Amino acid sequence: MKISGEIRDAIVAHARRDHPDEACGIVAGAEGSDEPTRWVPMLNAARSATFFEFDSSELLALYRELDERDEVPVVIYHSHTSTQAYPSRTDIGLAMEPQAHYVLVSTRECGNGDGPVEFRSFRIVDGNVSEEDVELVGGTGTVRRDQEGTARHGS
Amino acid sequence: MAVEVRIPTILRTYTDGAKAVDGHGDTVAEVINDLESRHGGIKERLVEAGDLRRFINVYVNDEDVRFTGGVETPVKDGDTVVVLPAVAGG
Repeated sequence: MKISGEIRDAIVAHARRDHPDEACGIVAGAEGSDEPTRWVPMLNAARSATFFEFDSSELLALYRELDERDEVPVVIYHSHTSTQAYPSRTDIGLAMEPQAHYVLVSTRECGNGDGPVEFRSFRIVDGNVSEEDVELVGGTGTVRRDQEGTARHGS
Repeated sequence: MAVEVRIPTILRTYTDGAKAVDGHGDTVAEVINDLESRHGGIKERLVEAGDLRRFINVYVNDEDVRFTGGVETPVKDGDTVVVLPAVAGG
């Protein structure tokens, strides 16, 4: 999986900030490109250290926006805050996008700070998990800090 | 009464790849039964024991049906029904 360093850093920063709750979001890209180019942090409606779920109305708005832009969720990410960056049984059971790269970030060591963080990528197809290499590339990615502010720190 | 039903990628195996199909009925439950008659197997992916599966979201004209009566939510001609699997995990 190839992803820009800038977007990778934005995902990690999101995970650190939301620790000890799980952070979640996607990176959209043009349909068929397999290139994650537009970072979209999402609200974890569960606000939980052990579970995440996109807010239902944000989910609808997101998929409508993706449709209008001919984009797909190339990357779907979330963080684990006390375990390794590997899909849990729940993650595997609920993975519904076989073409997506599932990125797991672990903040178990760094918490909200600058310590070590794990960032790994997986395919999850029909309950089977396969890890893939993450290649950081010079980026054309868009980091939407405005969206981040709205999504994470809104009322 | 015809409504447009938007089908998520993961369920398009039941609709020959179609992103949207027509559905008929006066409620979400009736529309799902109607879909099942032409796209066999799809109902089991959407409902369990007569209710929507926990990690399947259905919207009628942008309203999550969980807040409007679940599968008994009424639909009318020209409505859009969107099916989206939750993006969730642990």
